Amino acid sequence: MSDLLTLSGVHTHIGRYHILQGVDLIAREGRTTMLLGRNGAGKTTTLRTIMGLWPASAGTITLAGDRVDALSTPDIAARGIGYVPETMAVFSDLTVKENLVLAARSGPLDEDRLAWIFQFFPALKKFWLSRSGTLSGGQKQMLSIARAIVEPRKLLLIDEPTKGLAPAIVGALIDCLAEIKRRGATILLVEQNFRVAQELGDQVAVMDNGRIVHHGDMAALAADTALQEHFLGLSLEAHQ
Amino acid sequence: MSELAADAALPKAPRDIVPVLLPIALALAVLPLVGSTSSWVTLTVASLAMGMMIFIMASGLTLVFGLMDVLNFGHGAFIAVGAYVGTLVLVPLASWVQADSLLTNIAALLPAGLLAMAVSGALGAAFERVLILPVYGQHLKQILITMGGLIVAEQALYALWGPQLIPLPLPGALRGSFIIGDVAIAKYRVLAMAVGLVVFVATLLVLNRTKVGLLIRAGVENREMVEALGYRIRRLFLGVFMVGSALAGLGGVMWGLYREQVHASMGGDLMILIFIVVIIGGLGSVGGCFIGAILVAMVANYGGFLLPKLALVSNILLMVVILMWRPRGLYPVTNR
Repeated sequence: MSDLLTLSGVHTHIGRYHILQGVDLIAREGRTTMLLGRNGAGKTTTLRTIMGLWPASAGTITLAGDRVDALSTPDIAARGIGYVPETMAVFSDLTVKENLVLAARSGPLDEDRLAWIFQFFPALKKFWLSRSGTLSGGQKQMLSIARAIVEPRKLLLIDEPTKGLAPAIVGALIDCLAEIKRRGATILLVEQNFRVAQELGDQVAVMDNGRIVHHGDMAALAADTALQEHFLGLSLEAHQ
Repeated sequence: MSELAADAALPKAPRDIVPVLLPIALALAVLPLVGSTSSWVTLTVASLAMGMMIFIMASGLTLVFGLMDVLNFGHGAFIAVGAYVGTLVLVPLASWVQADSLLTNIAALLPAGLLAMAVSGALGAAFERVLILPVYGQHLKQILITMGGLIVAEQALYALWGPQLIPLPLPGALRGSFIIGDVAIAKYRVLAMAVGLVVFVATLLVLNRTKVGLLIRAGVENREMVEALGYRIRRLFLGVFMVGSALAGLGGVMWGLYREQVHASMGGDLMILIFIVVIIGGLGSVGGCFIGAILVAMVANYGGFLLPKLALVSNILLMVVILMWRPRGLYPVTNR
């Protein structure tokens, strides 16, 4: 497996705040890399920095060998990155269909791919012509993910997709992400829910205070409670 | 898309039609107060015509507000420049303008309107690149610099054509009124309503039926996410700014013909009215802007007829009432 996305010594400042303080991270092609850590550790900032929404003030970001840290957000997205932000950011004035039409940059919607998406998210078919602002929180999350996968992407950046959702919806999301993963997608997934991380992750990176403090196999972290205590428990205690 | 097309019968979200009913309710409510049906029809038609012209001038500003988050106090410059360009075209074509044939009149009005739109649109592009680009996201600077732009444009018009009012007579075939029973409907107002409706329908079609329109609507709501989907919103900004400026130029010509005069400060004078319309309608909402423009014009016309002393503050009162009812306007689109 080659390295699809590499962050080396990435720093990000937001105003006078120094959020990312030298992030080194690798997402391997065809694998799902979980990005874990407490609130405020810098996970969302990492994804936003990759997307160019908050530009890196130092360090390099490469995608498939090409540097992307100096590119604009549209150029980065055009390299084949699908982004699901923490806020979901569905266009509430647009219908479900219109949200997906916009996300399909290369042309008309692919009916087979839509049928595949509807298997996991039947609500999107049901509310196809409804304004997405009228959807429930879970349905908005489904739409946000559907928007990212409506066309094949090299890399998916997904920020806390299960946050605040009912368990049944979390189950559907896990099934969908597992299927996307089986199809060979490369995913960098920020998640607070350790069970979800365990089910989906191949690799794991743990963040704290704007740095990666652990990087390894997800299975190894899942099997080692001491390691979990050390990296996840410790970082929690440190900020309580 | 055959399978999905079949889903067209699925329930859609209920549309919020209360604001649409407001102008109708207002018109019906003042009917007994006005007393005479013919006066009421004349006032209502005058309101609709004035509303359409204000809508044409304000529609671009609401999109610029909503999409670009730019407080453009210089929008009035495009109105004035459009009116002057229209005048420059119509003056040498005076014989066509004064002809009694509607077709000959239109042959003069069409190039005047198109050239006014082209020049205002080009000025808008220069305005966006030179003045607004450096101050994106900085509201205070936007106010100062766009106000400055308006003053410079006004003074340039003064310097070129002097401070006097320039007469802009109505075309021959558009003078006078259609008389239906005891109701008189000014011909030019009918034309203004028709042009306003065409602009409104065309804007809605572009916004709802084209991908560019989807991008504008999405960009009004969340610029960042549009960029994260891979679209260059800056180009869209420039395009919207140009179209908004061009519409302001068209509105300027129409307003000049309506008042039968143009002057350098006419754009600045209209800005308060236009801002009230944009705020009442909800930032970024073309539909809200349309209804807001009609409401503002109705309040001005009915108010002027029924309570002339109240006419000076009637639009401010309307804005206060609407914002107390819906603090983000009739159809809020943005979260700003």
